[in-house]
Amino acid sequence: MDLYAVVFYAFAFITLAAGAIVVFSRNIVHAAFALLFAFFGVAGLYVLLMADFLAITQLLIYVGGILVLVLFGVMLTSNTIDVQMKTSTIQTFPAVLIVAALAGTLIGIFWSTDWKTTTDPPIQATAPKIGEMMLTSYLLPFEIASVVLLVALVGAAMIARREKKA
Amino acid sequence: MYELLQQLLGDSILVYVIGAALPLLFILPYALVTVLLEMKVSAHMQDRVAYMYTGWHGVLQPVADIVKLLQKEDTIPGVADKTLFRLAPYLVFMGSYAGFAAIPFSSAYIGSDIDLGVFYIVAITSLAVIGILMAGWASNNKWSLFGAMRSAAQIVSYEIPTALSILVAVMITGSLNLQDVTHFQDGGFWNWVVFGGPLPLTQKLLLLPFTLVSFFILFIAGIAEVNRTPFDLPEAESELVQGYNTEYSGMKFAIFYLAEYANVFLVSAIVVSLYLGGWTSPFGEFMSGPIWGFFWFVAKGMFFVFMQIWIRWTLPRLRVDQLMYTSWKVLTPFLFVCIFAVGFILVV
Repeated sequence: MDLYAVVFYAFAFITLAAGAIVVFSRNIVHAAFALLFAFFGVAGLYVLLMADFLAITQLLIYVGGILVLVLFGVMLTSNTIDVQMKTSTIQTFPAVLIVAALAGTLIGIFWSTDWKTTTDPPIQATAPKIGEMMLTSYLLPFEIASVVLLVALVGAAMIARREKKA
Repeated sequence: MYELLQQLLGDSILVYVIGAALPLLFILPYALVTVLLEMKVSAHMQDRVAYMYTGWHGVLQPVADIVKLLQKEDTIPGVADKTLFRLAPYLVFMGSYAGFAAIPFSSAYIGSDIDLGVFYIVAITSLAVIGILMAGWASNNKWSLFGAMRSAAQIVSYEIPTALSILVAVMITGSLNLQDVTHFQDGGFWNWVVFGGPLPLTQKLLLLPFTLVSFFILFIAGIAEVNRTPFDLPEAESELVQGYNTEYSGMKFAIFYLAEYANVFLVSAIVVSLYLGGWTSPFGEFMSGPIWGFFWFVAKGMFFVFMQIWIRWTLPRLRVDQLMYTSWKVLTPFLFVCIFAVGFILVV
């Protein structure tokens, strides 16, 4: 195995092991913290694919933003370690059906897709290219995304600052 | 730097391990010096003398402190979450140490010469937030939890002014790689971004007010990001004992401390690299070169470390609402004006 393969398997292992903890852990805070390692492993895989901008954005948005929010929610709901959140298995049969169908679909797509491989060298400076694309070819989706985010921001402020009237 | 190591050791993974460990060789002695500096500066500001008995004027005190910390019993509270409690200090230090990878210490050494340097630093330092939340929650102590919550809220909101003021410098230099940013400012202090960068004179003069404002805001927001006074609400001794590290002792506490001082230098290093020419000499060609570059970088960085200590022992702590007011209603609008104006001046 060369170095690339070793690093790939290391990141893949981190991602999968952390993902398993997220799913199987009975402690909801442990599950939330395990997400950190899952996100981190995925960011590492992006780096291996030469998608450095994507990797750093993954860290910034998921670790710096979403995970902090999730942790805030989890910590405020189960404030102490003594209080156990109830996690138990219910509705096994429908869950098995849905998961089997989903897994079957994903594996089917994986096998039937004609994966494109290229021998072109990867682009070294990705950020200028991405910036250019966002302000030319993909301007509309970019603007729509920012409007959606603005709406969410205004909505959050509305809910949080609703004045209490008698 | 990597070429030299490769010549000495051949092309092996060891080269990268050594390259990655080099900033640690700087951080450890630096932390010792800064612990002493913090005590001495604070003492002289309050008309005291601080340590006087361990060595000449107490210079050996940090060594004594370390020996004490090594001997201390490493206690873990009985009701704490053991795994997370152990993991948290390392995560906090990892977050700040990983940031050093993209800092150019000299023209010859930068840990990783990636294109997205500053962007990477902003993203990776968020690991420290998670570490602080982990420490606060795992301690199973109300003070710790409050401290961690405050800290996370503060760091997340101050990320916005930090990122925007970094953006102002990046717009002028046209690169996110701190090594390129530093090369851009080469040739004397009048070429530093804080004075408008190496642009034509009229443009420089027009840019000057905006770069000065965003330089100061970057420094203010940086202090807030590392939780130091006047933004030390997460550790406010008078309200929260010691915040998220209340329950920590011995070496785990020492690692939190090391991470704090590493962060203090990281903030200074970002300010210096973006706005004050990084490792470039202030006198053009005079006293320049890789070794002098390291000297200038550390000298400028230590000046800002001193500034942070100075501010810490001078100003009182802000209230939570004042903290949020400063971030959202003062710093952020100022920076929007700066970004707009800088963009306008650069294009027209």
